[in-house]
Amino acid sequence: MAEIVIKNVAKRFGSFTALHSIDLTIADQEFMVLLGASGCGKTTLLRIIAGLETPSQGEVWIGGRRVDHLPPRERGIAMVFQNYAVFPHLTVFENIAFGLRMKKLPQAEVDARVNRTAELMHIEQLLRRYSGQLSGGQRQRVAVARALAMEPDVILMDEPLSNLDALLRLEMRAELKGVLANSKTTTIYVTHDQVEAMSLADRISVMNGGKIVQAASPVEVYRNPAARFVGSFIGNPPMNFLPANRSAAGQWSVAGLDVPGPAAGDALEFAIRPEDLTVAAEGFAATARVVEPLGAHTLVTAEVGGQMFRAVLDSDLKVSPGDELRLSPKADRIRWFNRETGLAAG
Amino acid sequence: MSNPTVDVPRTVSAGGAGRFLIWASIVLLCAWVLVPIYLLMVNALSSPAQVSGFPKSGLPGFDFASLQFFAGFAGVAKALWNSILVAVLTMALSIGIGAPAGYALSRFDFPGKEVFRMLVVMTRAFPLPLLALPLAVMFIRTGLDDTALGLALVHTVLAIPFAVLITFSLFSGIPLELEEAAWTLGCNRWQAFQRVVLPLVLPGIAASAVFAFTISWNEVFAAAVLTIENRTLPAFLIQNLNVSPLHLKFAGGAAMVIPALIFIFAVRKYLFAMWGIANR
Ligand SMILES: Nc1ncnc2c1ncn2[C@@H]1O[C@H](COP(=O)(O)OP(=O)(O)OP(=O)(O)O)[C@@H](O)[C@H]1O
Ligand SMILES: [Mg+2]
Repeated sequence: MAEIVIKNVAKRFGSFTALHSIDLTIADQEFMVLLGASGCGKTTLLRIIAGLETPSQGEVWIGGRRVDHLPPRERGIAMVFQNYAVFPHLTVFENIAFGLRMKKLPQAEVDARVNRTAELMHIEQLLRRYSGQLSGGQRQRVAVARALAMEPDVILMDEPLSNLDALLRLEMRAELKGVLANSKTTTIYVTHDQVEAMSLADRISVMNGGKIVQAASPVEVYRNPAARFVGSFIGNPPMNFLPANRSAAGQWSVAGLDVPGPAAGDALEFAIRPEDLTVAAEGFAATARVVEPLGAHTLVTAEVGGQMFRAVLDSDLKVSPGDELRLSPKADRIRWFNRETGLAAG
Repeated sequence: MSNPTVDVPRTVSAGGAGRFLIWASIVLLCAWVLVPIYLLMVNALSSPAQVSGFPKSGLPGFDFASLQFFAGFAGVAKALWNSILVAVLTMALSIGIGAPAGYALSRFDFPGKEVFRMLVVMTRAFPLPLLALPLAVMFIRTGLDDTALGLALVHTVLAIPFAVLITFSLFSGIPLELEEAAWTLGCNRWQAFQRVVLPLVLPGIAASAVFAFTISWNEVFAAAVLTIENRTLPAFLIQNLNVSPLHLKFAGGAAMVIPALIFIFAVRKYLFAMWGIANR
């Protein structure tokens, strides 16, 4: 049992606030991904959970135990560092065995675990090498193997696949997901790659400027962003936004189109994902600017009401730059945000 | 007739003069260091007749008589032993005190850190002759005079700034993340230091210890003032060789210089590291 509870945790570096009052609960054996742009505080939060950084305020609980006063070794965690931190004076084998030796496990057990995790990370042929003789991606895999070999209650990973090529990354991602699902580990996984986040997570915590904006399942985060930021950060291409003005009760004028919407509020923003637009007789008047055929779909960047507006359209459709289109939003996929707070409305 | 080789325009004038100046300076500096050492070696390895004779051949005679006589000279063996004893004590003390200070400087933020770094270097600004008399008085009062430990304490003061700076640079060269990784893998602070940091800095620590040894080995002023019976080799030589024949002076000089040269040569890259020029 290793539920992680973070209560009101903040971190200040001098006058700079890296984390603002974070509240987050991660269930036992859950795979939680922290997703956010560079510098939003992901590593800082991870380091606070690991015990490498002291929070300026708040509490951290792991498995029903308050741990914020405990050193890292007493928290039942293992961590994969963003810069690998592979020990240069030890072989790959001894690196992976390091934590096991600290636990004083018998040699046979050490051998078995090192070989098993090395095989998993496809580094079994590198066990005799030193870190100076490895590529960045290989070092990264050693770091992951070293953490996995510990078989900890909680594993904290800071961008553990960032240095692998696309193919290997895809493969490792699948393997990691399999391994961690079979073990009874609670995982916190930091990334700024949203595809990775989507594919791995039970839940995604989207962070922005030291705050958690939304913590929900990948589909929920994608379909129902809790804030404008989430919609604009997740999805490739991201959500489209247009200002909306109230024309009547529950009716909003969006770029010349009347759209039914929330009853309350007076300054809202209309939002729609590019793939939820179709070409129809009725819809936003759009002028195509850039047309990018992507095989399965065609990405059209158009202008609607003087704003940039993207649509993912069927590739059968013949569109060329300069064409006038009518883009119709799927009614059930329309989302509304408060223009002042940026939070979801309606 | 076509000439396929392209003429590279030669930079004469300013560039040439600059280059000449640089090379001239290099040659001058090398000569400044090497010529005395060379003369010392030649004369130490020549017979007494060759040393005082004229004209000089400029080549060593490979006569070991002077060195042999010097080695058998009454008191040399004891002075050599004292020198080694004091130098080893100095080495142990300056690393024992300097390395923790270097670690603290590189790993912890504390108020007055920069001032402390400056002060460490500033200790070298006090002229030893000025301190020697009060020190001698104090040592006599505490019974530290004429002991190896007393002299080693003074030498430690001289060696510590270097020990602190070299070890500071060594520890700074080791990413904190390596220690942190060890902490998350079940180590406490001390175990992480022992298992991760120490193996990585050990060669550098050894070098910095050798440097402390050399400082003590070469130090003559404090040694001459603070010891009477238990003289170290340099103090002994100053006292005795003044009144010795020329060839013995050369032999004594060589006995002093060669070990120091070898030591410094062995640890040279760490001395550069001290100034942040190169980190291994
Ligand atoms: N020791 C520190 N002192 C001062 N500021 C710091 C310190 N550590 C981190 N910060 C700041 O805190 C913010 C969050 O840093 P953090 O490393 O958590 O970002 P991140 O989300 O992990 O980014 P990335 O994706 O680039 O790794 C950054 O603006 C960073 O400059
Ligand atoms: Mg980071």
